[in-house]
Amino acid sequence: MKFGVVVFPGTWSDKDCLHVLGPVLGQEAVSIWHEDTDLQNCDCVVLPGGFSYGDYLRPGAIARFAPVVGAIKDFAERGGLVLGICNGFQILLEAGMLPGALLRNESLEFRCQWVNLRIENVETPFTRLCRPGQVLRIPISHGDGNYFASEETLDALETSNSVLARYCTAGGEVTADANPNGSRRNIAGIVSPGRNVAAMMPHPERCGEALLGGEDGRLIFNSIIAALAERQAASAALTSV
Amino acid sequence: MPADSAPTTNAATPHNAANDPLTIDQRALDEVALTRDEYTEIVRLLGRVPNRLELGLFGAMWSEHCGYKNSRPLLKRFPVNGARVLLKAGAENAGAVDIGDGLAVVMKIESHNHPSAIEPYQGAATGVGGIVRDIFTMGARPIALLDSLRFGPLSEPRNRYLFRGIVGGVGGYGNCLGIPTVGGEIYFDASYSGNPLVNAMCVGLIETNTLIPARAEGAGNPVLVVGASTGRDGIHGATFASVELDEASEERRPAVQVGNPFTEKLLMEACLELRDKGWIVGMQDLGAAGMTSSTVESAHKGNSGIDLDVLRVPRREAGMTPYDIMLSESQERMLVIARDGHEEDVRALFARWGLHSEVIGQVIAEPVIRVREGVQVVADVPTTLLTDAVPAYIREGERPDALDDLWRFDMTSLAARLPTAHDALLRLLASPDLSSREDVYRTYDTMVGSNTVIGPGSDAAVLRVRDASDHDTGKAIAVCTDGNGRLTYLDPFNGGALAVAEAARNCVCSGATPLALTNCLNFGNPEKLDVYYQLAQAIDGMAAAAHALETPVISGNVSLYNESFGKAIYPTPVVGMVGLIEGRAPTPSAFQREGDVVVLLGDASRDLATLGGSAYLAALYDTVAGRPPTLDLDRERTLQRLTLDTIAAGLIRSAHDCSDGGLAVALAECCIWSGLGLRGQLAETAAPLEAVALLFGEAPSRIVVSLAPEAEDEVLTRAKAAGVPVTRMGVVAGDRLALSPLLDVPAAELHAAWRNGLSRALGAGVPVME
Repeated sequence: MKFGVVVFPGTWSDKDCLHVLGPVLGQEAVSIWHEDTDLQNCDCVVLPGGFSYGDYLRPGAIARFAPVVGAIKDFAERGGLVLGICNGFQILLEAGMLPGALLRNESLEFRCQWVNLRIENVETPFTRLCRPGQVLRIPISHGDGNYFASEETLDALETSNSVLARYCTAGGEVTADANPNGSRRNIAGIVSPGRNVAAMMPHPERCGEALLGGEDGRLIFNSIIAALAERQAASAALTSV
Repeated sequence: MPADSAPTTNAATPHNAANDPLTIDQRALDEVALTRDEYTEIVRLLGRVPNRLELGLFGAMWSEHCGYKNSRPLLKRFPVNGARVLLKAGAENAGAVDIGDGLAVVMKIESHNHPSAIEPYQGAATGVGGIVRDIFTMGARPIALLDSLRFGPLSEPRNRYLFRGIVGGVGGYGNCLGIPTVGGEIYFDASYSGNPLVNAMCVGLIETNTLIPARAEGAGNPVLVVGASTGRDGIHGATFASVELDEASEERRPAVQVGNPFTEKLLMEACLELRDKGWIVGMQDLGAAGMTSSTVESAHKGNSGIDLDVLRVPRREAGMTPYDIMLSESQERMLVIARDGHEEDVRALFARWGLHSEVIGQVIAEPVIRVREGVQVVADVPTTLLTDAVPAYIREGERPDALDDLWRFDMTSLAARLPTAHDALLRLLASPDLSSREDVYRTYDTMVGSNTVIGPGSDAAVLRVRDASDHDTGKAIAVCTDGNGRLTYLDPFNGGALAVAEAARNCVCSGATPLALTNCLNFGNPEKLDVYYQLAQAIDGMAAAAHALETPVISGNVSLYNESFGKAIYPTPVVGMVGLIEGRAPTPSAFQREGDVVVLLGDASRDLATLGGSAYLAALYDTVAGRPPTLDLDRERTLQRLTLDTIAAGLIRSAHDCSDGGLAVALAECCIWSGLGLRGQLAETAAPLEAVALLFGEAPSRIVVSLAPEAEDEVLTRAKAAGVPVTRMGVVAGDRLALSPLLDVPAAELHAAWRNGLSRALGAGVPVME
């Protein structure tokens, strides 16, 4: 499969994403420059972490005006898979591609640590290899990861099964203590109604190798790879019919 | 061209009374921190009276910060050669060691103490920014940051403010760059009140054949300034770093630079992209003394000169004088010496990264630094006068009288109010010096870059090494910083040696062979003879240890005049060490498995003298006294070799340095980090004080290891053959640290004391600055 990893000025998880997708998982992975509108025929676009535009004004607030974001919106509207990680999550919210906002962490501090995530919906291209309720151990690294939305929006996310993952204990319990940033309802990641745009604050690209402390991040990327393979098989079948 | 035949230009101010060497205004000299004798020497060398701008250039380049005039003769005592040394100290912005596979580690540590004392957030942030630039200037990608910090006691509000600001600045800058902060140290002592230490270390990785020199050569090659525009911030920063702090220091706040990590990130990516294009001959960042030092040093290294026009330098505000522009320390700027004809290529590359660049001058054959303002020459000084001619002061230090009294401290006086071993251990673990740093390092990104195998909180951090085509080399590097001001104060030679030995030992505990070191020498005013003694002795001690342990000094920085209100900090040499692990996983610090045997490699000493300068005395008795146990370099080397040999033979499951707080603290940490207990027995001790020495004494050259029971005989045999004393401490088991009959504490209690120590001292609930 071909992955495109978007690079804005100030992005820094691009190399980690390229590394895990390329040498670790054996996929084709290319950089997409923020000024480009050509997504190079990628099957999935990843918006990685970092401080795009120095987080000036608000994280993601300036990046959403980059030419590449328009192309990504078109791509998503055509059903293309888009994954936002950390700053990528912030950008997708600012671009209006997912609902809600990410506020300053409740602690008012940057937090980099391992967290436990309970996967809430396994029927998405991003989580299909997870077991229902499976707990993944994945690092976070952010100052603005406090997910916020109106009660109405939160309820709508719940009823539409659009909460992808919640911060939880190692045993899978969703508790206040397990919430590293004050996110409403412990929400760590969400997915669009069409299930093709997803975003999360934790960094799955940082845990694709046992050497780095864990491999749970592979489940996310391998889910995408499996989903894309299925799509390709389906479209090939369609063509041959 | 000899100085005395310098052309007559507008730069040469007529010799008049106002500029007479004998009558020059004291304030003019104070402004540039030059002595009257130095001024007289400048006039002699130049063959004329310098104008104000030229005097400013001399002030900056002859400052301790740039010119090392007090420390240079002493630094020559460091061993700098080694089979793996690719770039020796001083050759480039940072030193480099070969790690094979065509790769080199580039590293340096640098202080930003004075700026941080005045403006903690920006001072620390720009300290990080400066050291990162030193690394990517060479074309190396920065892969790790470490920060060695010292503060006054947290009981004082000002120190809490400095702590929050400095920790905030370190994280704020490093996090935005996407470079993981993987290690460092934090210690507290009253001697650092008002003069905190901020030593930032950066480690980079590069293919050896792509190193970019900091050299300006090839007459006619264009000189560009890239990145941020030049403002009035940081003027005289290098000079400010070279005087003591006093009541007037607060007024120096404008001498503290303001950082913009976003610009630095762009500059870093652009410079690394530029590296492989073949369009440039050299690169030099603008750090201390800004445009002055970068042009002078790069021209000097290239045996050339630079002719530049300040009017072509992009400026932040109107009305800036040549003086302002040449001495500004505005951050995130780079001097690029392009190949003639490639300036537009270079400019286009930076423009793609959103960075402004301007051609401000060119390389000239004549070895002078010639500054123009439009057509008018406003300064014209031979580069050698600003570099090689910097005076070197060699003094004869005087051993402080107080040392004898301190050494005579009677340890038996402790017996009158001896806490139980249980209480003492909990209090030590909860003390600000020894408690968990998690509250600090969780505000730093410790993992970005996907190389962090062992992050903060162990003996050394370990990063795996990938080659330029993103493939694992099967190698990893261990990095750490170390330095104990208290021990260096009590015995400067020994303290210096211990800093090197401990840093190397920390690498060894992670399974790494120590390769080389960088160092930051934080001392008081070297013009005071007792301080000079400390400096000279500590350097000698470091040199002896570096020599014995075969870890040459590849880079460093000197920070003198660390005094506030006339009182010097503890002499604090900080050592940054890099080690190499090949073909095996790093060794953890924590216990790994129930049933493993725990062994102390080294002397299980009961000697009361080992409490001299200990954390035990400092934390429990608020006392810094005694003569610290002397490091025996032969024993240290033997211990480190034994440890590495047994690790390489697969006999060791965990290894942890036994230092601050002694054996009890080292064992407690192995329990806390693993969640496992230790069941052990100690031989009876008749005297309670001997038990204290056994548990909390700080005899050097010791490592706590755990191993599978079947490996025990082999390890004991090897230790005996090497002549390293061995004591079996017990077995990993249960959930208590039990050293019968002296100690029996639930691991959970140890953990709680250790984990919450720092937040209690800080007063919980107030975040670090953002």
